[in-house]
Amino acid sequence: MKERIIFGYDAFVLPFTIGMIFIILYLGVGLVRIIAALSKEDRIKLVKSFVSPTLIKTIKDIIFDCLLHVKIFKKNLLLGYMHASIAFGWFMLIFIGHIEVMIYTPQRNGVLYYPVFFRYFVMETQETLRGAFFFFLMDFFLLMVLSGIGLAIYKRFKSRALGMRRTTRLSKRDTIALYALWAIFPLRLLAESFTADISGGSFLTKSINHLFHNFVNNSDHILPVWWAYSSALGIFLFALPFSRYMHIPTEMLLIVLRNAGIKSDNTREGFAETEIYSCSSCGICIDACPMTTQKKNLNNTTVYFLRFLRRRNKRKPIVPADKCLMCGKCVEMCPVGIDSCRLKQFKRSDVSENGAKADYTYLSSYSSNVKKGSKILYYSGCMTHLTPNIYNALFNVLDKANLEYEFLDKDGSICCGRPLMLSGRKEEAKGLIEKNSMLIKESGADILLVSCPICYKMFNEEYDLGKIKLLHHTQLIDSMIADKTLKINKSDKSFVFHDPCELGRGSNIYRQPRRVLTSQGRVVEANFNKKESICCGGSLGSLALSKPERDAITKHSIESLTYNKPDTIVTACPLCYKTFSQLSGTPVKDIAQVTAENLI
Amino acid sequence: MADFGFSLHPSSSIDLDNADKRLYKIVSELEPDIKKCIACGSCTASCSASNLTKVSFRQAILKLDRGLSEEAVMLLKGCMLCGKCTMTCPRGINTRNIINLILRYSDNKKIK
Repeated sequence: MKERIIFGYDAFVLPFTIGMIFIILYLGVGLVRIIAALSKEDRIKLVKSFVSPTLIKTIKDIIFDCLLHVKIFKKNLLLGYMHASIAFGWFMLIFIGHIEVMIYTPQRNGVLYYPVFFRYFVMETQETLRGAFFFFLMDFFLLMVLSGIGLAIYKRFKSRALGMRRTTRLSKRDTIALYALWAIFPLRLLAESFTADISGGSFLTKSINHLFHNFVNNSDHILPVWWAYSSALGIFLFALPFSRYMHIPTEMLLIVLRNAGIKSDNTREGFAETEIYSCSSCGICIDACPMTTQKKNLNNTTVYFLRFLRRRNKRKPIVPADKCLMCGKCVEMCPVGIDSCRLKQFKRSDVSENGAKADYTYLSSYSSNVKKGSKILYYSGCMTHLTPNIYNALFNVLDKANLEYEFLDKDGSICCGRPLMLSGRKEEAKGLIEKNSMLIKESGADILLVSCPICYKMFNEEYDLGKIKLLHHTQLIDSMIADKTLKINKSDKSFVFHDPCELGRGSNIYRQPRRVLTSQGRVVEANFNKKESICCGGSLGSLALSKPERDAITKHSIESLTYNKPDTIVTACPLCYKTFSQLSGTPVKDIAQVTAENLI
Repeated sequence: MADFGFSLHPSSSIDLDNADKRLYKIVSELEPDIKKCIACGSCTASCSASNLTKVSFRQAILKLDRGLSEEAVMLLKGCMLCGKCTMTCPRGINTRNIINLILRYSDNKKIK
């Protein structure tokens, strides 16, 4: 082992080194800016997270998400391999490079470019065990990255092969960074192959050196290739902060902040900025979005919303924010876990800031006439009032089980406030929350029963009901069947369960409705189910989506549901029920209706 | 004047000089659905809020169209945006968006 260049320097390292210094400074300033924009409580949370077990989870998340990309593996193996091979392979190249420097040339520790251009500066024979070991590892991981790059290039032409129907339109900056990234590794391979007969190499670099013996052995060609390699790195590093590849460093910060329990509180600064810069523009949300059926609304998907926010465009984010169904599928599918629905709510709220405010002072005179002392208090909410057959069926079930209940909003309800929250009117929703809380607490019930998942999520997250237990009717029916309070007749009919957005993704209730249906017949699954369930199209989350667009979504969703030809589509949301009923050829029923029919 | 126990209905004629259709223009540009209304009143009949206070979507867009923006906003301030009107509208009008846009683009300071 010996150093080829006595000073350990050659001018070709400049593009890389300057790029590296630039990016370190840029990230440093960015980090300080983001931390400074956090509120005081958030900063305390952040500090606390470093001295608690959260730290272990954070480290685990960073390894699994940033390096191994486990979430993308779950979506598609090839796509996962593409991301993981580039990220993990590149990390290992850098890591082993540093170890080599530490072992062989400890005097060069801390020299930025040394681990990267180690092969140029240091000669080592592969006859020694140490040399052969490192050479092999370096070549192996280089091959790994190259295979990932190969897949990435293939994906440009045929994204479907990697499980993506549509990909994002790249901006100019992204394209520059992308081509620089693609160039880095082939150039590295070439550069190391040129020096392989001098500095040594393994199965990959050595073979190329032998293969192109006449061309590669000319030492006049060595420097230009190393220059090209260094320049590609330099261009990539300079383009990084302005391109989508900024997600590489930002995602780590996002994981740290998220695990500390910090949430966004505006559309652009602090945690929101971390989220926006963590978006890798991968485009998984484009396929996930229910709005993109029939190739519509492609430009209104989350990835472009985040891009507009990132560019601080005042006007453009409004349309995607207003159109979004808030079904949460993109959030669920996002490999980075960006809570974009929250950002959209803040955007809506920003736009409405100077407008007229709703006024609910008239509610003070409202009083319910429920009898006090009943154990179960039923709150139907607005939507169930439009579908009285749902609560009538539910009451039949309750009567059969000899349960006493009171109907809180029999003579018209006060909305739970979730539609207001979704429209970005959180402050105004407080008027409704206050009134409803008072009415519910006054009733003295132990259980608040709701049949609308929208209300369920709202009561669950925004209300403080003290000891009162909140139940969705699927949960109640499920527990009554489990403890045999209800006797059910099992038929040979087949059901498919549509997971309402707010019940499934919103409240993580997937098992109970399926258990209820299994006890009454055969359950078949939809083409897209559970976390991937497609919104019915009626969602209250969307403000600007027109009726024809909604109908297209409804039809698409029904297509997915009837994939396995069920006899009945069953849902647990009055809104889904009503939306589907209008367009479905297959009968649509609420889970309470099905249960009421099969009672013994 | 003698009190006969009834009064005359105030004139409903519109003074075109005072009609302020700016808000209607903004809203109808962003949500053309507003022009589809047939004033059937399904929205008001199903309304959660009109049970308790004076909220009427049908009247509000009529007023807005006639340039009485402030009165229209007053009719919608009690709306809880619950979306029942959207579900019942026979014309498939995106009522929630219209209400939201009316509130969003009306000047808060002007409206008492």
